[in-house]
Amino acid sequence: MSASLSEQLEHLPEYMGAHMLLCGVALLLGLCISLPMALLVVRRPRAAAVVLGSAGVIQTIPSLALLALMVPLLKSFGFLPALVALVLYSMLPILRNTVTGISQVDPNLTEAANALGLTPGQMLRLVEIPLALPIIVAGVRTSAVWVVGIATLSTPVGQTSLGNYIFGGLQTRNWTAVMVGCVLAAALALLIDLLLALAERGARLRRPMHTVLGLGALVVVLVTGSLWPHLATSRPPDTRQVVAPQTSAGAASQSAPVTSVRVGAKTFTEQYILAALMERHLRAAGLVVTRADSLGSTVAFDALCRSEIDVYVDYSGTLWANAMKRQDKAPPWKVLAELAGWLADRHGVRLLGALGFENAYALAMRRDRATQLGIATVQDLTHHAPLLAVGSDYEFFQRPEWRTLQQTYGLAFRETVSFDSTFMYPAVVENKVDIITAFSSDGRIAAYDLVVLDDPRHAFPPYDAVVLLSPRVATDAAVVGALQEMLGRIDVAHMRQANLMVDRDDDKWTPDQAAGWLDEQTRRP
Amino acid sequence: MIELHCVQVTYPGGVALQDLSLTVAAGQMLVLVGESGSGKTTTLKLVNRRVDPTSGTVLVDGRNVATVDAIALRRSVGTVFQRFGLFPHMTVAENVGLLPRLMGCSAADIHARVNTLLEMVGLAPQVFGDRFPAELSGGQQQRVGVARALAPRPRILLMDEPFGALDPVTREGLATQVRQLHVDLGLTTVLVTHDMTEALLMGDQVAVMHAGVLLQLGTPAQLLHAPSSDRVRALLETPRLQVERLGRLVSGAA
Ligand SMILES: Nc1ncnc2c1ncn2[C@@H]1O[C@H](COP(=O)(O)OP(=O)(O)OP(=O)(O)O)[C@@H](O)[C@H]1O
Ligand SMILES: [Mg+2]
Repeated sequence: MSASLSEQLEHLPEYMGAHMLLCGVALLLGLCISLPMALLVVRRPRAAAVVLGSAGVIQTIPSLALLALMVPLLKSFGFLPALVALVLYSMLPILRNTVTGISQVDPNLTEAANALGLTPGQMLRLVEIPLALPIIVAGVRTSAVWVVGIATLSTPVGQTSLGNYIFGGLQTRNWTAVMVGCVLAAALALLIDLLLALAERGARLRRPMHTVLGLGALVVVLVTGSLWPHLATSRPPDTRQVVAPQTSAGAASQSAPVTSVRVGAKTFTEQYILAALMERHLRAAGLVVTRADSLGSTVAFDALCRSEIDVYVDYSGTLWANAMKRQDKAPPWKVLAELAGWLADRHGVRLLGALGFENAYALAMRRDRATQLGIATVQDLTHHAPLLAVGSDYEFFQRPEWRTLQQTYGLAFRETVSFDSTFMYPAVVENKVDIITAFSSDGRIAAYDLVVLDDPRHAFPPYDAVVLLSPRVATDAAVVGALQEMLGRIDVAHMRQANLMVDRDDDKWTPDQAAGWLDEQTRRP
Repeated sequence: MIELHCVQVTYPGGVALQDLSLTVAAGQMLVLVGESGSGKTTTLKLVNRRVDPTSGTVLVDGRNVATVDAIALRRSVGTVFQRFGLFPHMTVAENVGLLPRLMGCSAADIHARVNTLLEMVGLAPQVFGDRFPAELSGGQQQRVGVARALAPRPRILLMDEPFGALDPVTREGLATQVRQLHVDLGLTTVLVTHDMTEALLMGDQVAVMHAGVLLQLGTPAQLLHAPSSDRVRALLETPRLQVERLGRLVSGAA
């Protein structure tokens, strides 16, 4: 436990620094927008209703969805969409508390101020704001606590945060990492809340030292926190800002060789391992490598097209169905060839080649249950389906493959249940669901002794793992050379073993360690 | 000098003042009486332009208030409120010094002025200056209210039921003191009260109002000896009876 804890804490400067920078900037902007806006509408009830109503509507959008929406809306990835979503989220408590705080000031006092000859501005500055201050600051504190918490959800849109602990830990069944992420986020939220409370108390009780101390400490904490990754550099400097996308990939790579590469990974174990493996190869070629882990599936692809990340591993069937929107079936070699042409023409993305294994969606069930029902292939499910529940990850039931599968075999299951893929396996093992959509390269199929059902009508497309390069690095000799070493070298047995090393409960390895093992096993002699 | 000429005030809910004309000569104290809702506060508000007349004109020192800057006008007219209206987040000294500060006086001038004013209303500056309003009795708070109203050296003082929230003894003391200040400072004062005896004892002129109409305007003696209507007579009945009973008590005891 303590060894794995210290492993986690190695990432602390990077994750905490990014988290603090994001929260600090978001809160500052939120405050700079919300306070004047509240003061602007406070004497106009109708405008106030509109502003508060809109902020309220934003608040009802689930935070993860709001973050995800920002990616296509802003056509950007990482810091900017995360920041915009957090600023939007921070506004309601500040707006609401400022407006209600000021409108609840004793009317006898505003009447008196008016009669004495204070201008509306003086009334606001000298009477209304000071009297509403505790309520206003309470709003800022609520907003700060929300922002710190919700910032953990910015990991899937490509912004490093304490959420990297949580998302990464969830996918690799590393509960230490999840705990570390939660505890640190909570501690940060409490600290900011405490310092703001101190500042407000100082203002209210006229102890300017307290106010200065509270606000000063807050600024110092956030600024040093944000600079932490750059102060504690035993690791290479991590460029937090996304590399500026290049408009013309060919011209760029010819004029200047690439020196730094950003490696992306989607949100599951195999992706973390492969990203770590690519990082090793790229570093060995003398390139500076940065990482963007735990990206949503389409987020990763869109970011690659815009050269906001430079390389990640995707699966041919996923791209075939989801990016190309193809419903027809084709043999693996043809899928790869058509995909490579389409990616190059449409997006300037280079499909460098296949790694050598497939990670297909495959229906799997407990061996005893399959035997009992006499099921060996998906075809056999047709009659049983109305009595069975099927579990899958978040995305599968939204994917075209699911529709194709149902149509091909005429399946109508009793129930569909979405899980985080980490919890899918225990669910089928414990008979919570009868069938899951397992991944064929997942070590847990063998570990839990599940039966994979044959797909005689090839409803699922082939899912060869392929390396994709962004337009920016598509023709860069060093990058291409470093990654080409890996192509065709990883068979499914090795991949399963590496995945299991990370996913299992005892003797857990980190994705980096598993990548090291995989590297040794698959290097050319 | 305050002059109201044929003033009418209409609120969305109805007519609050109707065809009101009255004059308060410089250095005089006018006391407004009348039942609740009769338009006393509205009349006060006309003087420092917190309410604009629907028709008619309001002149202060000969100038139509509609033509002067409302903020400047309000600063040249002191106002005292029934519920004191002291700002709870400011000390006594800050409350009293607020307008001098906003009008750009130096810190030293403000300090001196605050001390003078607090002494004028019978509060020791060293004792009370740094207290917050919540740390004062009602009577003390209203003294601060008077001091604050007098801070910008107004020529006119408006007081809306200033003693209404005080006990009879405090009330009597403060009323006497205010009357004295009115005389000493040569103020033109309009005071609203519900206490008919107080009105008769304090006012140079007393105006009796009813439902937005001025029933009678006159000296206390004129009101007592020649009430213009039954309503006015009825209002004066209370102090008259009180005097008679007290007189009997006093002579009986003697
Ligand atoms: N802001 C306002 N809007 C609408 N109507 C008002 C407003 N202020 C006062 N009124 C109405 O105008 C009339 C006169 O009100 P005003 O406050 O002048 O009475 P008042 O003599 O001061 O009464 P009180 O002794 O209760 O203080 C009342 O009928 C009141 O309801
Ligand atoms: Mg009134």
